[in-house]
Amino acid sequence: MKILVCISNVPDTTTKITFTDNNTQFNTNGVQFIINPYDEIALARAIELTDGGKGTVTVINVGDAGTEPTIRKALAIGATDAVRINAKPHDAWFVAYQIAEYAKANAFNLILTGRESIDYNGSKVAAMLGELLDIPSVSIIKKLDAEDQQATVEREIEGGKEVLTIPFPFVAGCAEGVSEPKIPNMRGIMSARTKPLAVVEPVAVETFSEIISYETPAPRGQVKLVGADEPAQLIELLHTQARVI
Amino acid sequence: MSVLVYAENAAGKFKKSTFEVVSYAKAVADQNNTNLIAISIGDVAADDLAVLGKYGAEKVLNVSNDKLKNFVNQAYASVIAEAAKAQGADVIVLSNSFSGRGLAPRVGVKLQAGVADGAVSLPDQNGEKFTVKKTAFSGKAFATVELTSANKVIALTPNSFKVVESGNTAQVEDFSVETKESDFKAMLKDIVQSTDKVSLPDAEIVVSGGRGLKGPENWGLLEELAGLLGAATACSKPVSDAGWRPHSEHVGQTGIAVSPNLYIAVGISGAIQHLAGISSSKVIVVINKDADAPFFKVADYGIVGDALEVLPKLIAAVKEYKASA
Repeated sequence: MKILVCISNVPDTTTKITFTDNNTQFNTNGVQFIINPYDEIALARAIELTDGGKGTVTVINVGDAGTEPTIRKALAIGATDAVRINAKPHDAWFVAYQIAEYAKANAFNLILTGRESIDYNGSKVAAMLGELLDIPSVSIIKKLDAEDQQATVEREIEGGKEVLTIPFPFVAGCAEGVSEPKIPNMRGIMSARTKPLAVVEPVAVETFSEIISYETPAPRGQVKLVGADEPAQLIELLHTQARVI
Repeated sequence: MSVLVYAENAAGKFKKSTFEVVSYAKAVADQNNTNLIAISIGDVAADDLAVLGKYGAEKVLNVSNDKLKNFVNQAYASVIAEAAKAQGADVIVLSNSFSGRGLAPRVGVKLQAGVADGAVSLPDQNGEKFTVKKTAFSGKAFATVELTSANKVIALTPNSFKVVESGNTAQVEDFSVETKESDFKAMLKDIVQSTDKVSLPDAEIVVSGGRGLKGPENWGLLEELAGLLGAATACSKPVSDAGWRPHSEHVGQTGIAVSPNLYIAVGISGAIQHLAGISSSKVIVVINKDADAPFFKVADYGIVGDALEVLPKLIAAVKEYKASA
């Protein structure tokens, strides 16, 4: 089985988010970048599905040369090879289009992404890829089991889950439950240095959206404390002051 | 040109988030002095379809046949895109629900439209630009995105727009679209409703527990409080990692982001990753025995105390409040 795993290069989850240039640019100064946590889950499952010579895992990232440490980490975790589309990711449409162009030329059985990226919280790439490649897509899956010709996935729905069978090829956005992220070992780190990392130039594509500014949420007022033996007072405040119950 | 809104149903019934999204789409249509058309796919009773008029839909397109009974995002996206073309709609509004997240991008590609998902406010259409505010950095920020394409798709975050009743009546008409066999490759085998509990992404009140509850055996207290308040239950990442609660209840940066009216955090210290997923809650209550827990810095109300001692008293207080209401 040939699996393509799409990875994003995102700020570490502990990053304090600030902006520059009159709130039009994300401030990357001092920020450590990591593999998007949901993409790590996708990568872990891809490695499990191909374990023991049952296939290959290619990771793909749309990014400039600065994302290569993140790509190398994916190789250290166990991906077979990697591709970097040499462009700053503009928006989900741009990213999906570039990956779809690569996937069209390389016939993958399964394409995995994370359910969303933790920077722009887009959950669009999986479904856009499905549409661009005219194959099924499932945007948020909690479980993925592969058989010969098809896979069984569990999709999250409000208040429960759906179990679906889907023939290959298809695209799935992985969420928690699909697998546990893997930690690279020393052998993986050493071998990642020599694994192939192809750099592919992007294709031209029209732009449909652009982020023009950012803002941070308004700070909240000071907490109003209620005594541990007076929860009735809390209920009263929630009813009369906050008006939420 | 008009606005088309997808009215999502669950087992044939519209949910509150559907009325939110129809109300929102009506406001978008009003900004443009244009009409609002709703589309429903699947088996929804005629009376329920007409109810969408109450929230601003002037016309409801009803797409109902056996093949489309269950959600398949490929096929549903084809239907919505075809409806948009047939009705001359250039703005398409959906919910950023689990299903909407699979649909909106496919509709966007079909219509060559920019997609603003996770939208939290009405678009600003003043001047030349069409901009929408959306969540970014898992609730640590907002981004204003400009949609530059002729067609536009907006996926609205649940609980970010109030239901507005405008009192219109809707004309319901059947709508049919030719579907491709290749749109139905994903086959539904089973639907497992976890419980009759409140769905977390839609919940107006969320009661959430952390390691301060000391073990899964104590979750009954949290569930009792949630039951009394009509709330959904949730948990922090260490709790789901420890297997005390399912991953589907994990709220935070790498779990589900929620924006309820009231978020009650019990025994959760408030790591930055957890705060990221709940920061758009309107009112936050924190119960924690550590007065220095970071969660108190973002809370509106707080109780410093041991979760297992405070919860029974809080449950008794809610019972008393309900009895006197």
